[in-house]
Amino acid sequence: MNRIILRILAQRIALSLLLLLLVSVLIFAGTQILPGDVAASILGQSATPEALANLREELGLNAPAWQRYFDWLGGLLQGDLGRSLTNGRDIGEAIGQRLSNTLFLATTAAVIAVPLAIFLGLVSVLYRDRWPDKLISALSLAAVSVPEFLIGYILMFWVGVQLGWAPSVAILNDTMTFWERLHAITLPVAVLTMVVLAHMMRMTRAAILNVMQSPYIETAELKGLGTFAVIWRHALPNAISPVVNVVMLNLAYLVVGVVVVEVVFVYPGMGQFLVDHVSKRDVPVVQACGLIFASVYILLNMVADIVSILANPRLRHPK
Amino acid sequence: MTRIPIPALFGLVFTGLFFAMAVLAPLIAPYGPAEIVGDVWEPASADHLMGTDNIGRDLLTRMIYGGRTTILVATLATVISFVTGACLGLFAAVIGGWVDQALSRFVDLMMSIPTLIFALVVLSVMPVTLPVLIVVMGLLDATRVYRLSRAVAVDITVMDFVEAARLRGEGRGWIVFREILPNALSPLVAEMGLRFIFMVLFVSTLSFLGLGVQPPAADWGGIVKENKDGIVYGIGAALWPAAAIATLAISVNLVADWVLGRTTSLKGGRG
Repeated sequence: MNRIILRILAQRIALSLLLLLLVSVLIFAGTQILPGDVAASILGQSATPEALANLREELGLNAPAWQRYFDWLGGLLQGDLGRSLTNGRDIGEAIGQRLSNTLFLATTAAVIAVPLAIFLGLVSVLYRDRWPDKLISALSLAAVSVPEFLIGYILMFWVGVQLGWAPSVAILNDTMTFWERLHAITLPVAVLTMVVLAHMMRMTRAAILNVMQSPYIETAELKGLGTFAVIWRHALPNAISPVVNVVMLNLAYLVVGVVVVEVVFVYPGMGQFLVDHVSKRDVPVVQACGLIFASVYILLNMVADIVSILANPRLRHPK
Repeated sequence: MTRIPIPALFGLVFTGLFFAMAVLAPLIAPYGPAEIVGDVWEPASADHLMGTDNIGRDLLTRMIYGGRTTILVATLATVISFVTGACLGLFAAVIGGWVDQALSRFVDLMMSIPTLIFALVVLSVMPVTLPVLIVVMGLLDATRVYRLSRAVAVDITVMDFVEAARLRGEGRGWIVFREILPNALSPLVAEMGLRFIFMVLFVSTLSFLGLGVQPPAADWGGIVKENKDGIVYGIGAALWPAAAIATLAISVNLVADWVLGRTTSLKGGRG
Protein backbone atom coordinates (compact mmCIF):
# COMPACT_ATOMS: atom_id res chain seq x y z
CA MET A 1 0.00 0.00 0.00
CA ASN A 2 1.23 3.47 -0.70
CA ARG A 3 -0.10 6.93 -0.33
CA ILE A 4 -1.35 7.42 -3.88
CA ILE A 5 -3.53 4.33 -3.75
CA LEU A 6 -4.87 5.24 -0.33
CA ARG A 7 -5.78 8.70 -1.54
CA ILE A 8 -7.55 7.39 -4.64
CA LEU A 9 -9.41 4.81 -2.56
CA ALA A 10 -10.46 7.41 -0.02
CA GLN A 11 -11.76 9.61 -2.83
CA ARG A 12 -13.69 6.74 -4.35
CA ILE A 13 -15.28 5.78 -1.02
CA ALA A 14 -16.19 9.40 -0.25
CA LEU A 15 -17.79 9.65 -3.70
CA SER A 16 -19.92 6.57 -2.99
CA LEU A 17 -21.07 7.99 0.33
CA LEU A 18 -22.04 11.24 -1.37
CA LEU A 19 -23.87 9.27 -4.04
CA LEU A 20 -25.71 7.31 -1.38
CA LEU A 21 -26.83 10.52 0.30
CA LEU A 22 -28.06 11.97 -3.00
CA VAL A 23 -29.84 8.71 -3.84
CA SER A 24 -31.68 8.91 -0.53
CA VAL A 25 -32.79 12.43 -1.48
CA LEU A 26 -33.91 11.20 -4.90
CA ILE A 27 -35.87 8.25 -3.48
CA PHE A 28 -37.50 10.49 -0.91
CA ALA A 29 -38.33 13.12 -3.52
CA GLY A 30 -39.66 10.45 -5.87
CA THR A 31 -42.21 9.31 -3.31
CA GLN A 32 -43.13 12.59 -1.62
CA ILE A 33 -43.18 15.44 -4.05
CA LEU A 34 -44.85 13.74 -6.99
CA PRO A 35 -48.51 14.63 -7.67
CA GLY A 36 -49.81 11.44 -6.01
CA ASP A 37 -50.53 12.05 -2.32
CA VAL A 38 -49.93 9.10 -0.01
CA ALA A 39 -52.99 9.76 2.10
CA ALA A 40 -55.22 10.05 -0.97
CA SER A 41 -53.91 6.83 -2.45
CA ILE A 42 -54.34 4.88 0.82
CA LEU A 43 -57.96 5.97 1.21
CA GLY A 44 -58.88 5.72 -2.46
CA GLN A 45 -61.35 7.85 -4.37
CA SER A 46 -64.20 7.54 -1.87
CA ALA A 47 -62.27 9.40 0.88
CA THR A 48 -64.04 12.21 2.70
CA PRO A 49 -62.06 15.45 3.14
CA GLU A 50 -62.09 14.98 6.96
CA ALA A 51 -60.69 11.45 6.72
CA LEU A 52 -57.97 12.73 4.39
CA ALA A 53 -57.08 15.57 6.74
CA ASN A 54 -56.93 13.17 9.72
CA LEU A 55 -54.72 10.70 7.93
CA ARG A 56 -52.39 13.46 6.71
CA GLU A 57 -52.07 14.66 10.30
CA GLU A 58 -51.38 11.12 11.52
CA LEU A 59 -48.71 10.49 8.89
CA GLY A 60 -47.06 13.84 9.52
CA LEU A 61 -47.67 14.91 5.92
CA ASN A 62 -48.39 18.49 6.97
CA ALA A 63 -44.77 19.15 7.89
CA PRO A 64 -42.66 20.61 5.06
CA ALA A 65 -40.94 18.05 2.82
CA TRP A 66 -37.37 18.88 3.89
CA GLN A 67 -38.25 18.41 7.55
CA ARG A 68 -39.79 15.01 6.84
CA TYR A 69 -36.70 14.09 4.83
CA PHE A 70 -34.33 14.88 7.70
CA ASP A 71 -36.55 13.00 10.17
CA TRP A 72 -36.46 10.00 7.84
CA LEU A 73 -32.72 10.25 7.26
CA GLY A 74 -32.02 10.69 10.99
CA GLY A 75 -34.05 7.56 11.70
CA LEU A 76 -32.20 5.61 9.00
CA LEU A 77 -28.79 6.55 10.41
CA GLN A 78 -29.87 5.19 13.78
CA GLY A 79 -31.10 1.98 12.16
CA ASP A 80 -34.77 2.93 12.40
CA LEU A 81 -36.43 2.27 9.06
CA GLY A 82 -39.81 3.52 10.22
CA ARG A 83 -43.16 1.77 10.45
CA SER A 84 -45.23 0.15 7.75
CA LEU A 85 -48.41 2.06 6.86
CA THR A 86 -50.52 -1.02 6.25
CA ASN A 87 -49.92 -2.98 9.44
CA GLY A 88 -47.95 -0.61 11.65
CA ARG A 89 -45.10 -3.08 12.16
CA ASP A 90 -41.47 -2.05 12.46
CA ILE A 91 -39.94 -2.29 8.97
CA GLY A 92 -36.47 -3.20 10.21
CA GLU A 93 -37.81 -6.33 11.94
CA ALA A 94 -39.87 -7.38 8.94
CA ILE A 95 -36.94 -6.95 6.58
CA GLY A 96 -34.19 -8.65 8.62
CA GLN A 97 -34.97 -12.29 7.82
CA ARG A 98 -35.96 -11.47 4.24
CA LEU A 99 -32.74 -9.62 3.56
CA SER A 100 -30.69 -12.63 4.63
CA ASN A 101 -32.87 -14.91 2.45
CA THR A 102 -32.28 -12.66 -0.54
CA LEU A 103 -28.54 -12.51 0.10
CA PHE A 104 -28.49 -16.33 0.37
CA LEU A 105 -30.19 -16.63 -3.03
CA ALA A 106 -28.03 -14.02 -4.74
CA THR A 107 -24.78 -15.35 -3.24
CA THR A 108 -25.52 -18.91 -4.30
CA ALA A 109 -26.27 -17.72 -7.84
CA ALA A 110 -23.07 -15.66 -7.88
CA VAL A 111 -20.93 -18.54 -6.59
CA ILE A 112 -22.14 -20.67 -9.51
CA ALA A 113 -22.37 -18.03 -12.23
CA VAL A 114 -19.04 -16.22 -11.85
CA PRO A 115 -16.60 -19.17 -12.24
CA LEU A 116 -18.82 -20.71 -14.93
CA ALA A 117 -18.95 -17.47 -16.93
CA ILE A 118 -15.19 -16.97 -16.77
CA PHE A 119 -14.59 -20.60 -17.75
CA LEU A 120 -17.02 -20.40 -20.69
CA GLY A 121 -15.51 -17.07 -21.71
CA LEU A 122 -12.09 -18.74 -21.83
CA VAL A 123 -13.52 -21.67 -23.81
CA SER A 124 -15.01 -19.37 -26.41
CA VAL A 125 -11.68 -17.54 -26.73
CA LEU A 126 -9.87 -20.86 -27.17
CA TYR A 127 -12.33 -22.03 -29.85
CA ARG A 128 -12.80 -18.60 -31.37
CA ASP A 129 -15.08 -18.63 -34.46
CA ARG A 130 -15.51 -22.38 -34.24
CA TRP A 131 -18.72 -24.15 -33.20
CA PRO A 132 -18.34 -23.96 -29.37
CA ASP A 133 -17.88 -20.19 -29.62
CA LYS A 134 -20.84 -19.80 -32.00
CA LEU A 135 -23.06 -22.03 -29.89
CA ILE A 136 -22.20 -20.07 -26.75
CA SER A 137 -22.91 -16.71 -28.38
CA ALA A 138 -26.19 -17.93 -29.92
CA LEU A 139 -27.35 -19.19 -26.54
CA SER A 140 -26.42 -15.92 -24.89
CA LEU A 141 -28.39 -13.94 -27.50
CA ALA A 142 -31.39 -16.15 -26.76
CA ALA A 143 -30.94 -15.67 -23.01
CA VAL A 144 -30.93 -11.88 -23.19
CA SER A 145 -34.03 -11.84 -25.42
CA VAL A 146 -36.33 -13.40 -22.83
CA PRO A 147 -37.22 -11.57 -19.61
CA GLU A 148 -36.13 -13.36 -16.45
CA PHE A 149 -39.61 -14.12 -15.19
CA LEU A 150 -40.33 -16.06 -18.38
CA ILE A 151 -37.09 -18.05 -18.09
CA GLY A 152 -38.36 -18.80 -14.58
CA TYR A 153 -41.68 -20.15 -15.80
CA ILE A 154 -40.09 -22.10 -18.65
CA LEU A 155 -37.80 -23.86 -16.17
CA MET A 156 -40.65 -24.32 -13.71
CA PHE A 157 -42.80 -25.87 -16.43
CA TRP A 158 -40.22 -28.21 -17.95
CA VAL A 159 -37.84 -29.01 -15.11
CA GLY A 160 -40.10 -28.53 -12.10
CA VAL A 161 -43.43 -29.90 -13.30
CA GLN A 162 -42.85 -32.12 -16.35
CA LEU A 163 -39.58 -33.73 -15.21
CA GLY A 164 -40.04 -33.24 -11.49
CA TRP A 165 -36.30 -32.76 -10.86
CA ALA A 166 -36.56 -29.74 -8.57
CA PRO A 167 -39.24 -28.12 -6.42
CA SER A 168 -41.26 -25.65 -8.49
CA VAL A 169 -41.74 -23.12 -5.69
CA ALA A 170 -38.98 -22.05 -3.33
CA ILE A 171 -40.52 -21.91 0.12
CA LEU A 172 -38.16 -21.77 3.08
CA ASN A 173 -38.95 -22.43 6.71
CA ASP A 174 -36.97 -22.37 9.93
CA THR A 175 -36.64 -26.13 10.35
CA MET A 176 -34.82 -26.68 7.06
CA THR A 177 -31.14 -27.62 7.02
CA PHE A 178 -28.66 -25.84 4.79
CA TRP A 179 -28.85 -28.55 2.10
CA GLU A 180 -32.63 -28.59 2.12
CA ARG A 181 -32.60 -24.84 1.64
CA LEU A 182 -30.14 -25.19 -1.19
CA HIS A 183 -32.37 -27.81 -2.85
CA ALA A 184 -35.40 -25.55 -2.46
CA ILE A 185 -33.76 -22.71 -4.36
CA THR A 186 -32.41 -24.83 -7.26
CA LEU A 187 -34.65 -23.29 -9.90
CA PRO A 188 -34.39 -19.61 -8.87
CA VAL A 189 -30.62 -19.98 -8.73
CA ALA A 190 -30.65 -21.54 -12.20
CA VAL A 191 -32.67 -18.62 -13.58
CA LEU A 192 -30.45 -15.97 -12.01
CA THR A 193 -27.36 -17.79 -13.24
CA MET A 194 -28.69 -17.86 -16.79
CA VAL A 195 -29.66 -14.19 -16.67
CA VAL A 196 -26.19 -12.93 -15.73
CA LEU A 197 -24.14 -15.70 -17.34
CA ALA A 198 -24.65 -14.58 -20.94
CA HIS A 199 -23.54 -11.00 -20.47
CA MET A 200 -20.67 -11.86 -18.14
CA MET A 201 -19.34 -14.47 -20.52
CA ARG A 202 -19.49 -12.25 -23.59
CA MET A 203 -17.71 -9.44 -21.79
CA THR A 204 -15.06 -11.83 -20.45
CA ARG A 205 -14.54 -13.07 -23.99
CA ALA A 206 -14.27 -9.52 -25.32
CA ALA A 207 -11.85 -8.45 -22.56
CA ILE A 208 -9.53 -11.42 -23.09
CA LEU A 209 -9.65 -11.12 -26.88
CA ASN A 210 -8.70 -7.46 -26.49
CA VAL A 211 -5.64 -8.41 -24.43
CA MET A 212 -4.80 -11.18 -26.90
CA GLN A 213 -4.08 -8.54 -29.57
CA SER A 214 -1.10 -7.22 -27.54
CA PRO A 215 2.49 -7.79 -28.69
CA TYR A 216 3.53 -9.62 -25.50
CA ILE A 217 1.00 -12.33 -26.28
CA GLU A 218 2.63 -12.79 -29.66
CA THR A 219 6.00 -13.06 -27.89
CA ALA A 220 4.60 -15.71 -25.55
CA GLU A 221 3.22 -17.66 -28.51
CA LEU A 222 6.49 -17.36 -30.42
CA LYS A 223 8.52 -18.69 -27.51
CA GLY A 224 6.46 -21.85 -27.78
CA LEU A 225 3.90 -21.74 -24.96
CA GLY A 226 0.66 -23.66 -25.45
CA THR A 227 -2.57 -21.75 -26.05
CA PHE A 228 -3.92 -22.46 -22.60
CA ALA A 229 -0.70 -21.39 -20.88
CA VAL A 230 -0.69 -18.16 -22.89
CA ILE A 231 -4.22 -17.35 -21.85
CA TRP A 232 -3.79 -18.43 -18.22
CA ARG A 233 -0.36 -16.91 -17.49
CA HIS A 234 -0.25 -13.88 -19.77
CA ALA A 235 -3.71 -12.83 -20.92
CA LEU A 236 -5.82 -13.43 -17.82
CA PRO A 237 -3.76 -11.36 -15.30
CA ASN A 238 -4.01 -8.39 -17.63
CA ALA A 239 -7.70 -8.92 -18.23
CA ILE A 240 -8.52 -9.11 -14.51
CA SER A 241 -9.53 -5.50 -14.11
CA PRO A 242 -12.08 -5.43 -16.97
CA VAL A 243 -13.35 -8.89 -16.02
CA VAL A 244 -13.83 -7.93 -12.37
CA ASN A 245 -15.71 -4.86 -13.55
CA VAL A 246 -18.04 -6.98 -15.63
CA VAL A 247 -18.53 -9.43 -12.78
CA MET A 248 -19.43 -6.64 -10.36
CA LEU A 249 -21.82 -5.00 -12.82
CA ASN A 250 -23.56 -8.33 -13.22
CA LEU A 251 -23.71 -8.93 -9.49
CA ALA A 252 -25.33 -5.52 -9.28
CA TYR A 253 -27.73 -6.67 -11.97
CA LEU A 254 -28.47 -9.79 -9.89
CA VAL A 255 -29.83 -7.48 -7.22
CA VAL A 256 -32.51 -6.36 -9.67
CA GLY A 257 -33.12 -9.78 -11.19
CA VAL A 258 -33.71 -11.12 -7.71
CA VAL A 259 -36.84 -8.96 -7.34
CA VAL A 260 -38.62 -10.61 -10.24
CA VAL A 261 -37.34 -14.12 -9.64
CA GLU A 262 -38.49 -14.05 -6.02
CA VAL A 263 -42.01 -13.18 -7.14
CA VAL A 264 -42.00 -16.04 -9.67
CA PHE A 265 -40.89 -18.67 -7.17
CA VAL A 266 -42.79 -17.24 -4.18
CA TYR A 267 -39.47 -16.91 -2.34
CA PRO A 268 -39.68 -15.06 0.99
CA GLY A 269 -37.13 -12.36 0.21
CA MET A 270 -36.76 -8.60 -0.11
CA GLY A 271 -37.90 -8.45 -3.72
CA GLN A 272 -41.26 -9.99 -3.09
CA PHE A 273 -41.65 -7.80 -0.02
CA LEU A 274 -40.95 -4.69 -2.11
CA VAL A 275 -43.38 -5.64 -4.89
CA ASP A 276 -46.15 -6.50 -2.39
CA HIS A 277 -45.82 -3.15 -0.72
CA VAL A 278 -45.69 -1.22 -3.98
CA SER A 279 -49.13 -2.62 -4.83
CA LYS A 280 -50.33 -1.74 -1.34
CA ARG A 281 -48.84 1.75 -1.76
CA ASP A 282 -47.02 1.36 1.54
CA VAL A 283 -44.58 4.22 0.96
CA PRO A 284 -42.25 3.86 4.00
CA VAL A 285 -41.59 0.20 3.16
CA VAL A 286 -40.99 1.02 -0.50
CA GLN A 287 -38.55 3.78 0.47
CA ALA A 288 -36.64 1.52 2.83
CA CYS A 289 -36.44 -1.39 0.38
CA GLY A 290 -35.59 0.91 -2.53
CA LEU A 291 -32.77 2.46 -0.54
CA ILE A 292 -31.39 -0.94 0.50
CA PHE A 293 -31.39 -2.20 -3.10
CA ALA A 294 -29.80 1.01 -4.33
CA SER A 295 -27.11 0.86 -1.60
CA VAL A 296 -26.15 -2.70 -2.52
CA TYR A 297 -25.96 -1.62 -6.16
CA ILE A 298 -23.76 1.38 -5.36
CA LEU A 299 -21.59 -0.72 -3.03
CA LEU A 300 -20.93 -3.33 -5.72
CA ASN A 301 -20.04 -0.65 -8.24
CA MET A 302 -17.63 0.83 -5.69
CA VAL A 303 -16.00 -2.56 -5.10
CA ALA A 304 -15.57 -2.94 -8.86
CA ASP A 305 -13.74 0.37 -9.06
CA ILE A 306 -11.59 -0.42 -6.02
CA VAL A 307 -10.53 -3.77 -7.44
CA SER A 308 -9.56 -2.23 -10.74
CA ILE A 309 -7.55 0.44 -8.92
CA LEU A 310 -5.76 -2.27 -6.93
CA ALA A 311 -5.24 -4.46 -10.00
CA ASN A 312 -3.42 -1.68 -11.80
CA PRO A 313 0.33 -2.25 -11.31
CA ARG A 314 1.12 1.32 -12.42
CA LEU A 315 -0.66 2.55 -9.31
CA ARG A 316 0.71 -0.17 -7.02
CA HIS A 317 4.33 0.48 -7.93
CA PRO A 318 4.71 4.16 -8.80
CA LYS A 319 8.05 5.28 -10.23
CA MET B 1 -30.05 -0.54 -52.83
CA THR B 2 -27.76 -3.30 -51.67
CA ARG B 3 -29.03 -6.82 -51.10
CA ILE B 4 -30.42 -7.40 -47.62
CA PRO B 5 -28.63 -10.28 -45.82
CA ILE B 6 -30.80 -13.25 -44.81
CA PRO B 7 -30.76 -12.67 -41.00
CA ALA B 8 -31.74 -9.01 -41.47
CA LEU B 9 -34.50 -10.03 -43.90
CA PHE B 10 -35.79 -12.52 -41.33
CA GLY B 11 -35.71 -9.79 -38.70
CA LEU B 12 -37.48 -7.27 -40.96
CA VAL B 13 -40.23 -9.72 -41.91
CA PHE B 14 -40.96 -10.75 -38.33
CA THR B 15 -40.76 -7.20 -36.96
CA GLY B 16 -43.14 -6.14 -39.74
CA LEU B 17 -45.53 -8.99 -38.93
CA PHE B 18 -45.60 -8.06 -35.25
CA PHE B 19 -46.30 -4.41 -36.00
CA ALA B 20 -48.97 -5.34 -38.57
CA MET B 21 -50.54 -7.58 -35.95
CA ALA B 22 -50.55 -4.72 -33.48
CA VAL B 23 -52.20 -2.31 -35.91
CA LEU B 24 -54.75 -4.77 -37.33
CA ALA B 25 -55.57 -6.53 -34.03
CA PRO B 26 -59.39 -6.08 -34.21
CA LEU B 27 -59.45 -7.39 -37.80
CA ILE B 28 -57.37 -10.54 -37.34
CA ALA B 29 -58.33 -11.58 -33.82
CA PRO B 30 -60.86 -14.43 -34.03
CA TYR B 31 -62.82 -13.35 -30.92
CA GLY B 32 -63.29 -10.27 -28.74
CA PRO B 33 -60.53 -9.64 -26.15
CA ALA B 34 -62.88 -10.01 -23.16
CA GLU B 35 -65.23 -12.58 -24.69
CA ILE B 36 -65.51 -15.85 -22.73
CA VAL B 37 -65.69 -18.54 -25.39
CA GLY B 38 -64.96 -21.83 -23.67
CA ASP B 39 -63.90 -23.71 -20.59
CA VAL B 40 -60.94 -22.82 -18.37
CA TRP B 41 -57.56 -23.73 -19.91
CA GLU B 42 -58.86 -25.78 -22.82
CA PRO B 43 -56.06 -27.39 -24.81
CA ALA B 44 -55.29 -26.13 -28.32
CA SER B 45 -57.91 -27.08 -30.91
CA ALA B 46 -59.12 -25.94 -34.34
CA ASP B 47 -61.44 -23.38 -32.72
CA HIS B 48 -58.81 -22.08 -30.30
CA LEU B 49 -55.36 -22.38 -31.86
CA MET B 50 -53.58 -21.70 -28.56
CA GLY B 51 -56.33 -22.97 -26.27
CA THR B 52 -58.14 -20.82 -23.73
CA ASP B 53 -56.91 -18.89 -20.71
CA ASN B 54 -57.62 -18.91 -16.98
CA ILE B 55 -61.24 -17.77 -17.34
CA GLY B 56 -61.99 -19.28 -20.72
CA ARG B 57 -61.06 -16.46 -23.10
CA ASP B 58 -59.43 -17.35 -26.42
CA LEU B 59 -55.70 -17.21 -25.84
CA LEU B 60 -54.75 -16.34 -29.43
CA THR B 61 -57.05 -13.32 -29.27
CA ARG B 62 -55.55 -12.29 -25.92
CA MET B 63 -52.04 -12.66 -27.36
CA ILE B 64 -52.89 -10.47 -30.37
CA TYR B 65 -54.46 -7.72 -28.26
CA GLY B 66 -51.71 -8.13 -25.68
CA GLY B 67 -49.09 -7.68 -28.39
CA ARG B 68 -50.89 -4.52 -29.43
CA THR B 69 -50.67 -3.04 -25.92
CA THR B 70 -47.08 -4.17 -25.37
CA ILE B 71 -45.88 -2.79 -28.71
CA LEU B 72 -47.83 0.46 -28.32
CA VAL B 73 -46.46 1.13 -24.82
CA ALA B 74 -42.93 0.15 -25.81
CA THR B 75 -43.00 2.30 -28.96
CA LEU B 76 -44.33 5.41 -27.24
CA ALA B 77 -41.91 5.02 -24.33
CA THR B 78 -39.02 4.65 -26.78
CA VAL B 79 -40.11 7.82 -28.57
CA ILE B 80 -40.26 9.77 -25.30
CA SER B 81 -36.93 8.35 -24.20
CA PHE B 82 -35.29 9.30 -27.51
CA VAL B 83 -36.75 12.76 -27.86
CA THR B 84 -35.83 13.76 -24.30
CA GLY B 85 -32.53 11.87 -24.09
CA ALA B 86 -31.21 12.86 -27.50
CA CYS B 87 -32.25 16.53 -27.27
CA LEU B 88 -30.74 16.97 -23.81
CA GLY B 89 -27.63 15.01 -24.76
CA LEU B 90 -26.96 16.96 -27.94
CA PHE B 91 -27.62 20.32 -26.31
CA ALA B 92 -25.42 19.39 -23.34
CA ALA B 93 -22.58 18.58 -25.73
CA VAL B 94 -23.02 21.80 -27.70
CA ILE B 95 -23.49 24.15 -24.74
CA GLY B 96 -20.85 22.49 -22.55
CA GLY B 97 -19.72 24.14 -19.33
CA TRP B 98 -21.81 23.94 -16.19
CA VAL B 99 -25.05 23.01 -18.02
CA ASP B 100 -23.32 19.91 -19.34
CA GLN B 101 -21.79 19.16 -15.92
CA ALA B 102 -25.07 19.55 -14.07
CA LEU B 103 -27.04 17.40 -16.52
CA SER B 104 -24.39 14.70 -16.71
CA ARG B 105 -23.96 14.43 -12.95
CA PHE B 106 -27.74 14.28 -12.53
CA VAL B 107 -27.92 11.46 -15.07
CA ASP B 108 -25.10 9.63 -13.24
CA LEU B 109 -27.15 9.92 -10.07
CA MET B 110 -30.30 8.58 -11.77
CA MET B 111 -28.32 5.67 -13.21
CA SER B 112 -26.91 4.73 -9.81
CA ILE B 113 -30.36 3.41 -8.89
CA PRO B 114 -31.42 0.28 -10.80
CA THR B 115 -34.18 1.21 -13.29
CA LEU B 116 -36.66 -1.38 -12.08
CA ILE B 117 -36.24 -0.35 -8.43
CA PHE B 118 -36.64 3.33 -9.34
CA ALA B 119 -39.76 2.55 -11.38
CA LEU B 120 -41.23 0.60 -8.46
CA VAL B 121 -40.54 3.48 -6.07
CA VAL B 122 -42.20 5.99 -8.39
CA LEU B 123 -45.15 3.75 -9.26
CA SER B 124 -45.88 3.26 -5.55
CA VAL B 125 -47.20 6.83 -5.39
CA MET B 126 -48.41 7.43 -8.94
CA PRO B 127 -51.72 6.12 -10.28
CA VAL B 128 -50.86 3.22 -12.60
CA THR B 129 -52.42 4.24 -15.92
CA LEU B 130 -51.04 3.79 -19.42
CA PRO B 131 -49.90 7.43 -19.90
CA VAL B 132 -48.15 7.48 -16.49
CA LEU B 133 -46.50 4.15 -17.24
CA ILE B 134 -45.27 5.32 -20.65
CA VAL B 135 -43.89 8.60 -19.32
CA VAL B 136 -42.16 6.97 -16.32
CA MET B 137 -40.57 4.29 -18.50
CA GLY B 138 -39.57 6.82 -21.14
CA LEU B 139 -37.99 9.28 -18.72
CA LEU B 140 -36.09 6.61 -16.77
CA ASP B 141 -34.68 5.21 -19.98
CA ALA B 142 -33.84 8.65 -21.37
CA THR B 143 -30.74 8.59 -19.12
CA ARG B 144 -29.19 5.85 -21.30
CA VAL B 145 -29.98 7.69 -24.51
CA TYR B 146 -28.61 10.90 -23.02
CA ARG B 147 -25.26 9.24 -22.29
CA LEU B 148 -24.95 7.82 -25.77
CA SER B 149 -26.02 10.92 -27.68
CA ARG B 150 -23.83 13.17 -25.56
CA ALA B 151 -20.81 10.91 -26.12
CA VAL B 152 -21.42 10.84 -29.88
CA ALA B 153 -22.09 14.58 -30.09
CA VAL B 154 -19.00 15.57 -28.09
CA ASP B 155 -16.87 14.02 -30.84
CA ILE B 156 -18.78 15.84 -33.57
CA THR B 157 -18.87 19.31 -31.96
CA VAL B 158 -15.09 19.66 -32.28
CA MET B 159 -15.18 19.11 -36.05
CA ASP B 160 -14.44 21.87 -38.51
CA PHE B 161 -17.86 22.08 -40.13
CA VAL B 162 -19.43 22.77 -36.73
CA GLU B 163 -16.84 25.47 -36.11
CA ALA B 164 -17.67 26.90 -39.53
CA ALA B 165 -21.38 26.95 -38.71
CA ARG B 166 -20.62 28.71 -35.43
CA LEU B 167 -18.53 31.34 -37.21
CA ARG B 168 -21.32 31.83 -39.74
CA GLY B 169 -23.38 32.85 -36.72
CA GLU B 170 -25.88 29.99 -36.75
CA GLY B 171 -27.97 29.56 -33.61
CA ARG B 172 -27.75 26.60 -31.24
CA GLY B 173 -30.91 25.02 -32.67
CA TRP B 174 -29.41 24.98 -36.16
CA ILE B 175 -26.13 23.53 -34.95
CA VAL B 176 -27.83 20.77 -33.01
CA PHE B 177 -30.46 19.76 -35.56
CA ARG B 178 -28.79 20.58 -38.89
CA GLU B 179 -25.10 19.96 -38.21
CA ILE B 180 -24.81 17.41 -35.41
CA LEU B 181 -27.99 15.33 -35.48
CA PRO B 182 -27.60 14.05 -39.08
CA ASN B 183 -24.08 12.86 -38.27
CA ALA B 184 -25.11 11.26 -34.98
CA LEU B 185 -28.09 9.46 -36.45
CA SER B 186 -26.70 6.03 -37.26
CA PRO B 187 -25.56 4.97 -33.76
CA LEU B 188 -28.78 6.46 -32.39
CA VAL B 189 -30.96 4.44 -34.77
CA ALA B 190 -29.20 1.21 -33.87
CA GLU B 191 -29.53 2.06 -30.19
CA MET B 192 -33.23 2.70 -30.76
CA GLY B 193 -33.76 -0.97 -31.61
CA LEU B 194 -32.07 -2.07 -28.39
CA ARG B 195 -34.00 0.45 -26.31
CA PHE B 196 -37.27 -0.76 -27.89
CA ILE B 197 -36.51 -4.34 -26.85
CA PHE B 198 -35.58 -3.17 -23.40
CA MET B 199 -38.93 -1.39 -23.18
CA VAL B 200 -40.79 -4.53 -24.25
CA LEU B 201 -39.03 -6.53 -21.55
CA PHE B 202 -39.54 -3.73 -19.03
CA VAL B 203 -43.28 -3.29 -19.56
CA SER B 204 -43.76 -7.06 -19.54
CA THR B 205 -41.90 -7.31 -16.25
CA LEU B 206 -43.92 -4.49 -14.68
CA SER B 207 -47.21 -6.00 -15.86
CA PHE B 208 -46.14 -9.39 -14.58
CA LEU B 209 -45.49 -7.82 -11.19
CA GLY B 210 -49.02 -6.36 -11.37
CA LEU B 211 -47.74 -2.78 -11.63
CA GLY B 212 -47.96 -2.24 -15.37
CA VAL B 213 -50.93 -2.58 -17.70
CA GLN B 214 -53.99 -3.17 -15.54
CA PRO B 215 -56.67 -5.82 -16.26
CA PRO B 216 -58.99 -6.25 -18.13
CA ALA B 217 -56.59 -4.80 -20.74
CA ALA B 218 -54.06 -7.42 -21.74
CA ASP B 219 -50.39 -7.29 -22.47
CA TRP B 220 -47.88 -10.11 -22.74
CA GLY B 221 -46.61 -9.76 -19.19
CA GLY B 222 -50.19 -9.62 -17.90
CA ILE B 223 -51.07 -12.82 -19.77
CA VAL B 224 -48.23 -14.58 -17.93
CA LYS B 225 -49.54 -13.27 -14.63
CA GLU B 226 -53.09 -14.43 -15.39
CA ASN B 227 -52.07 -17.90 -16.45
CA LYS B 228 -49.13 -18.61 -14.15
CA ASP B 229 -51.18 -20.77 -11.80
CA GLY B 230 -51.67 -23.26 -14.61
CA ILE B 231 -47.94 -23.99 -14.70
CA VAL B 232 -47.98 -26.21 -11.61
CA TYR B 233 -50.75 -28.30 -13.22
CA GLY B 234 -48.64 -28.71 -16.33
CA ILE B 235 -50.62 -26.19 -18.44
CA GLY B 236 -48.28 -24.17 -20.64
CA ALA B 237 -50.60 -21.26 -21.48
CA ALA B 238 -48.27 -18.82 -19.70
CA LEU B 239 -45.37 -19.76 -21.96
CA TRP B 240 -46.84 -18.35 -25.20
CA PRO B 241 -45.79 -14.76 -24.32
CA ALA B 242 -42.24 -16.09 -23.84
CA ALA B 243 -42.19 -17.24 -27.44
CA ALA B 244 -43.69 -13.95 -28.66
CA ILE B 245 -41.32 -11.72 -26.69
CA ALA B 246 -38.26 -13.76 -27.68
CA THR B 247 -39.20 -13.71 -31.38
CA LEU B 248 -39.84 -9.97 -31.36
CA ALA B 249 -36.63 -9.25 -29.44
CA ILE B 250 -34.44 -11.38 -31.70
CA SER B 251 -35.99 -9.91 -34.90
CA VAL B 252 -35.48 -6.32 -33.76
CA ASN B 253 -31.93 -7.20 -32.70
CA LEU B 254 -31.13 -8.58 -36.15
CA VAL B 255 -32.50 -5.45 -37.84
CA ALA B 256 -30.58 -3.17 -35.46
CA ASP B 257 -27.33 -5.09 -36.13
CA TRP B 258 -27.86 -4.72 -39.86
CA VAL B 259 -28.65 -0.99 -39.65
CA LEU B 260 -25.53 -0.40 -37.57
CA GLY B 261 -23.35 -2.49 -39.89
CA ARG B 262 -24.73 -0.82 -43.01
CA THR B 263 -24.36 2.74 -41.82
CA THR B 264 -20.86 2.20 -40.46
CA SER B 265 -19.75 0.54 -43.70
CA LEU B 266 -21.10 3.54 -45.63
CA LYS B 267 -18.87 5.75 -43.53
CA GLY B 268 -15.92 3.47 -44.27
CA GLY B 269 -16.10 4.48 -47.93
CA ARG B 270 -16.92 1.37 -49.94
CA GLY B 271 -20.64 0.57 -49.86
